[in-house]
Amino acid sequence: MNKHFFGDTTVLLGRSLRHITRSVDTIVTTAVMPIAMMLMFVYVFGGAIDTGSDSYVNYLLPGILLITVASGIAYTAFRLFTDMQGGIFERFQSMPIARSSVLWAHVLTSLVANLISLVVVVLVALLMGFRSGAGVLAWLSVAGILILFTLALTWIAVIPGLTAKSVDGASAFSYPLIFLPFLSSAFVPTDTMPGPLRVFAEHQPVTSIVNAVRNLFAEQPVGTDIWIALAWCVGILVVAYVFAMNTYRRKIS
Amino acid sequence: MTTQQAHAIQVRGVEKAYKELQVLRGVDFTVTRGSIFALLGSNGAGKTTLVKILSTLLKADAGTVRVNGFDVATQAADVRESISLTGQFAAVDEILSGRENLVLVARLRHLKDPGRIADDLLARFSLTDAGARKVATYSGGMRRRLDIAMSLIGNPPIVFLDEPTTGLDPQARIEVWQAVKELAAQGTTVLLTTQYLDEAEQLADRIAILHEGRILVNGTLDELKQLLPPAKVEYVEKQPTLEDIFLTLVGADGKNGDAGKDPISARK
Repeated sequence: MNKHFFGDTTVLLGRSLRHITRSVDTIVTTAVMPIAMMLMFVYVFGGAIDTGSDSYVNYLLPGILLITVASGIAYTAFRLFTDMQGGIFERFQSMPIARSSVLWAHVLTSLVANLISLVVVVLVALLMGFRSGAGVLAWLSVAGILILFTLALTWIAVIPGLTAKSVDGASAFSYPLIFLPFLSSAFVPTDTMPGPLRVFAEHQPVTSIVNAVRNLFAEQPVGTDIWIALAWCVGILVVAYVFAMNTYRRKIS
Repeated sequence: MTTQQAHAIQVRGVEKAYKELQVLRGVDFTVTRGSIFALLGSNGAGKTTLVKILSTLLKADAGTVRVNGFDVATQAADVRESISLTGQFAAVDEILSGRENLVLVARLRHLKDPGRIADDLLARFSLTDAGARKVATYSGGMRRRLDIAMSLIGNPPIVFLDEPTTGLDPQARIEVWQAVKELAAQGTTVLLTTQYLDEAEQLADRIAILHEGRILVNGTLDELKQLLPPAKVEYVEKQPTLEDIFLTLVGADGKNGDAGKDPISARK
């Protein structure tokens, strides 16, 4: 590892965090869509959905948080794409810096931006009546899972950010990720789904992550869900990281 | 060893293809330390590809390149310490201010007192008043000046400028030319690519014409003027004719550095 890796990453992280503070709209718009969805589901559909729990907002929030991350990482791809197009990427690459720090700065910025969006969404959920008696440890576990999930999705976002030919292409990959929670236990229990869909829903990553977060909030035993959730997050993270780094190496050599 | 010291850049038999498309077909040239070398060529001639190879952004398929005595393939990190690249599109951060851009690069070059370096360069490139403004509000010329200022941080001995004045108005072009001349006066080696003949004439000590992946000619302006062999006229039919007109027009009063306006005044 280059001796300047941490220093360079810090400098570049400072740069892209400044981008975020100067375009707060990206954080707001990241949070607006999930909040709108939460409002619609809680106040329009919620009354007709039988989840077996008392409060639908309590049931819904974990899925909404994942949708927040999924829509937030579109901006990660967008920011990376903009750097690639603008020429500043090549300037960085032609300078005596640790080359991977350019990517890491974007990844860490994505993490910070998404965490802010997540806090905003949780605050709105609290206003809508979300309550949790979860202790510090449970909240930390939730934060840990969401951080891992964000990192995993961010490394996925790096790939289109590096390879896309247009702005639309750079962010379009996030649509299926936003849609994935609908085919899971995020909005409704999976029991009522027809056979094959139910099998898919019960075995895709979102369901285990949503269930783990939901049980942590509800002070219920998390069972095996949390381990499956962690395995998914780490697995996606590793695969996406390897692919992204390969793409990056091909791009800069 | 002495030739290595005398030559800031040595390019030998460089070839590069993108899949089927052969972009460079064996390029050779050397650039003397402290000189301005212009690589002239039309769009698609391979200028940018060559600059990317020289600045370690691309790997050549064949041939060797030494920059500041370092091999670009095996000593890329040393090459990057010795150079700076100003790409075809102004490589500035639009969202940051001009000063923040300069501080950013100074930090990435691991220099002490980045704030002072930034202020010095802002003054040198007449950007002090605009220093605190977002770059998004800059004009094309200001942006290019900032871009070049960013390239000078850390005083790299060799500077690559890829089409530094493409898309600039005549006034901004003259500002950039002034900056490049000052740079060379201080002993920096400058390799610039351009598709403007008058630009090469204004700035360069030596000019090489890159065409279809090969260096057609390489020499001083006077040497090139004596060339124009009839056989070549057939090959690039229009270019020598245009070049003749252009050189005559610009060469007449190019000395006053106002070349951008000359064709008009000459026509009157």
